[in-house]
Amino acid sequence: MVSVIEKINFKMMSPQMIQKLGAINVTNSEVYDADAYPVEGGVMDPHMGVIDPGMRCKTCGGRSGECQGHFGYINLAKPVLNILFIKQIKTVLTYTCEHCGELLFSKDLLKTSKLSKIKPSKDCPVCTKANRKLVFERPQTFKRDKQIITPEEIREHFEKIKDSDVKYVGLAGGRPEWMILTVMPVPSITTRPSITLTTGERSEDDLTHKLVDVIRTNQRLASNLEIGAPEFILDDLWELLQYHVTTFFNNEVSGLPPARHRSGRQLKTLSQRLKSKDGRFRNNLTGKRVNFSARTVVSPDPNIGVNEVGVPAAITRELTVPARATKDNLKELKEMLNRGPNQIGGANYVIRPDGLRKKITDMNKDLILEEFDVDFILERHINNGDIVLFNRQPSLHRMSIMAHKVVVTQDKTFKLNLVVCKPYNADFDGDEMNLHVPQSAEARAEAKQLMLVEENLRSPRFGGPIIGCDQDYISGSYILTKKGVIINKKDVAQLMYAVGISEDLNKEEYTGKEVMSMVLPKGLNIEYKTGFCLKCSECKKGKCVSDAYLVIEDGNLICGVFDSKAIASFKGAILDRIDLEFGHKVAIKFLEQLTRLTLEFIMRDGFSISVSDMDISNNTQKQIDGVIDKSLIGVNKLIDKYDAGEIVPNPGRSMEETLETLVMSELQSILTRAQVIISDNAVENSAVIMAKTGARGSMQNLTFMAGLIGQEAISGGRIFRGYRTRTLTHFKQNDFSAESHGFVRSSFKKGLNPIEFFFEAMKGREGIMDSSLKTRISGYMQRRLVNALQDNIVQKDISVRDGAGTIIQFLAGEDGIDPAKSDNGVLINLKRI
Amino acid sequence: MSNEIIEYYEKKIDNLDIDAKLKTALKKKVSIMYPKMSYDHGEAVGVVAAQSISEPATQTTLKSYHRDATAGLEITQGLPRILEIFDGRREPKTPSMKILLLDDYNNVDGAKLVAANIRETVLKQVVYEDAINLVNMNIEFTFDKAQLKILNLSLDEISKGVKKAIKNIEVKIEGDKVIVEPKKANITVKDLQSIRVKARLSYVKGIKGITHTVIENDSNTWIIHTLGSNLKKVLKIAGVDTYNTKTNNIFEIQEVMGIEASRNAIINELLETMRSQGVDTDIRHIMLVADAMTSHGKVYAIGRYGLSGIKSSVLARANFEETVKHLINASAEDVVDVIDGVVENVIIGKTAKVGTGLVNLVIKKTDK
Repeated sequence: MVSVIEKINFKMMSPQMIQKLGAINVTNSEVYDADAYPVEGGVMDPHMGVIDPGMRCKTCGGRSGECQGHFGYINLAKPVLNILFIKQIKTVLTYTCEHCGELLFSKDLLKTSKLSKIKPSKDCPVCTKANRKLVFERPQTFKRDKQIITPEEIREHFEKIKDSDVKYVGLAGGRPEWMILTVMPVPSITTRPSITLTTGERSEDDLTHKLVDVIRTNQRLASNLEIGAPEFILDDLWELLQYHVTTFFNNEVSGLPPARHRSGRQLKTLSQRLKSKDGRFRNNLTGKRVNFSARTVVSPDPNIGVNEVGVPAAITRELTVPARATKDNLKELKEMLNRGPNQIGGANYVIRPDGLRKKITDMNKDLILEEFDVDFILERHINNGDIVLFNRQPSLHRMSIMAHKVVVTQDKTFKLNLVVCKPYNADFDGDEMNLHVPQSAEARAEAKQLMLVEENLRSPRFGGPIIGCDQDYISGSYILTKKGVIINKKDVAQLMYAVGISEDLNKEEYTGKEVMSMVLPKGLNIEYKTGFCLKCSECKKGKCVSDAYLVIEDGNLICGVFDSKAIASFKGAILDRIDLEFGHKVAIKFLEQLTRLTLEFIMRDGFSISVSDMDISNNTQKQIDGVIDKSLIGVNKLIDKYDAGEIVPNPGRSMEETLETLVMSELQSILTRAQVIISDNAVENSAVIMAKTGARGSMQNLTFMAGLIGQEAISGGRIFRGYRTRTLTHFKQNDFSAESHGFVRSSFKKGLNPIEFFFEAMKGREGIMDSSLKTRISGYMQRRLVNALQDNIVQKDISVRDGAGTIIQFLAGEDGIDPAKSDNGVLINLKRI
Repeated sequence: MSNEIIEYYEKKIDNLDIDAKLKTALKKKVSIMYPKMSYDHGEAVGVVAAQSISEPATQTTLKSYHRDATAGLEITQGLPRILEIFDGRREPKTPSMKILLLDDYNNVDGAKLVAANIRETVLKQVVYEDAINLVNMNIEFTFDKAQLKILNLSLDEISKGVKKAIKNIEVKIEGDKVIVEPKKANITVKDLQSIRVKARLSYVKGIKGITHTVIENDSNTWIIHTLGSNLKKVLKIAGVDTYNTKTNNIFEIQEVMGIEASRNAIINELLETMRSQGVDTDIRHIMLVADAMTSHGKVYAIGRYGLSGIKSSVLARANFEETVKHLINASAEDVVDVIDGVVENVIIGKTAKVGTGLVNLVIKKTDK
């Protein structure tokens, strides 16, 4: 019978309860005796649980692992405050009479205002005696009329409060005097296990150290009380006891020096164990370490399926799935068992129907094989076709973990198809990824139905494809579908072989468009303007000179070229259409065939870039120089205008700031203008193809390489940092000119002069700083957002409700359409028709 | 409800300029597609919305703290602006308004007039000369007449403004001068000097806090952009189009127009900032965040003092931030956690009531 936690009630513990729960009264400050055995009544007394294998718990008789530990308790010689409840103690002291314990305010006030807003009366309404003014001195002292009130006095005061009044001062979880400790619980040994170092030395947990301190001080206080020591000695010891108890609960109380280890390290006590990222809550309860997982480097494999993941053989021999033997699969499982733990497709463990778990070795596998029968469970190796979860951190969205089918490989790395790089945001410069094996049939079914790559083709963020082609796939498909590409029958046959489709080739020559049509699904109709569109005033559609109007009729590419607008993730219109009209499976098949086709084609055709791709003609260079010179003159004119005081300041800005914005925009416009010139004069070479198709790089990148780098901006403005009146000593003081504040006239190909190089480095550094800071900020934003919204779930009536059941939206998304299934956020795109 | 959506699309199809046969085909497609595209119950829309907003924020460089809006007003943009909205800050870093005008004022002069009435004017901006008259023991202000005309400012308004700003003074208008005189015996020069300083800084026209106005003409609509925002007062000014005037201060909208309006403002602001950064996020995600933030009747922030702080579950709150505080308060107040939400169930190791955890599978037994 499995018991299920239905609810958790938080309350305070009474001293009686602590004693009753405690298995032993801990009185001895010694931990181990001379023979290194735990001292009876010490903090490591085996009544409080066992950690050493072979020993038995003296309370319940359980072995290590069976006994979960028992509390002990310490009877304190004098009461001390529980620092964790200091706020509540203050409230009770403020709102109850110090003489009779009656409330110092009218209960009726609570109906209209919060307790903290109510002012307590000075004179008690019941006993009419005046209450002295209460002063709370952080961290743990209360004073009345400049006199310290001791925990003993507080406790006496609290005991007078009526049970019925307790809830009005914000305490429903127990009696107020329970917040002043007379008995302290001692956590079980399993809570604070000691570790034996390799040298044989024992190293105790921080909590154990702290407990020893508490007991030692408590003993001293008790014996001093007994002999009737002078008041000041008692007070000192009492204060010390309070300190130790306080730091046992929380070692980060502001105003108290934290308790330290001998080495100077701060002790990690109860509060610190629970708190923050490395605390119990976030590190052990919400997130856990798991079994049946693997992690290694990822590498690309264009020949693996989109839904697949290549798993190294060594990993498949480690990861297992439990399979229960039935009369139908008995033969299969026996074969696996026979392969043993060291062969692919073998098995590691057998669980007998009586629950005994046996490790399979090559030695004993024959023995196990003999007894293996129906209802045995075999922990078999994962093998081809098994469903696993694959993940790359940071897991920023739900596509960061998807289900793949295993393909066992002989390599040492995970292999993945390149089209799933986008959702994982993976590249292959050393990225590692994690793999998890779902263990139950239910989990596997869910993974397959909901998490398989093909089910996640459409991003819930914008309702378009997030899986798509990239880089060479795009430049390849562009070159293939370009006008005038003729491929002879023999080569087409080779391409088709690579794709894996068989088609009767009844023509001697094929155009690239015809070849591309072979992978397009029949029945696909689409037309749109590609990225090569020159935005003519009147579109000639199919007769476009630059072949920028794409038409597909019944799966035949009539005109137009493929580029990132066709097949890339985010914008791929053709991919989007196929997925919507033919379903995920067809879309994935299309992607697989297309990537094989384009890759084979681009390999045969050849594709590479060189520095000469960045060559520009003399004429182009002259045009760019003209633009630069004109702008620099413009800047000088602006400076002259400023000197003459003719600049009209922008609202809220000074003249200097306005001048800077004007100069900045003038200088920044150089780059855009140079980019237009380069773009207009570009000959179609590999680099330009990549930029224009959207495969990799941009015209701006090419401008940086071929044209100029332009103005380097740091936090939005020109560079002014450095020396007091100038950026570098190579310039005159108070020089406003472009080149002294980060204008780089050279291109990467030409090379930067030392000053330009320095400015470029400044900008580069800023970029690095920026991105590392921004990830922190947006990471925290994500945590907050997810935490605030995680309980908002679509209910059975398609309303969205939060954790408390409050309706957030009556119809999810206001129209009930899931963007992850929609056509870019709408039910049907009417504009397209 | 679902019928309404289908009807909406059918109406849209009817308005298209296509032949009737295609129309019926499209309508059929709509009714087939709608159930296919609708939400499955159990879908964790909250988490998906949170991811859809913050994933692009981490991936792309949501750049530049400021963007030059029309005519040089710098308004916070990008990630800082998004954070500002989620933080639920009472006042944005750069409060700003976009004021549209009624038809009668929709021209250069009208816009200038309204702008002058909105923008705060301090006395010193219009003073030509201020002299301490030692004979009469008072201060005489003379004004820059051109400025007065531009701002449409009368001496009456000035004297009222000064009177409001300083206690115990008498303000008189004599010709084109304004004379300020302290109301007490034995006036010293020092008194006069301090009054002069105060008087120079007194507001004489416009709305306090709106420091700048910029007039923009966008295809024959005159728009006033401001730095500083005060919706309540701006809406009272003659000539302001109360239906289309906007502010980026969400709390002001909440106070003036109510919670529904502030919900729309959150959606618009988030959408605008994200779109301006080139981030494509479905409006449904943003709507959900805005709905969650406003569903309690006032704007709650995203974070420990907002939505995460008012959760009913102790474990959920302790898990997020300020762990010990929540546990202690819960034990003092005798709180019961019924373990309903997602994290609570994760913590204690039960299946959370989301997605497939919402349903159970039962095997249908068939006799063979």
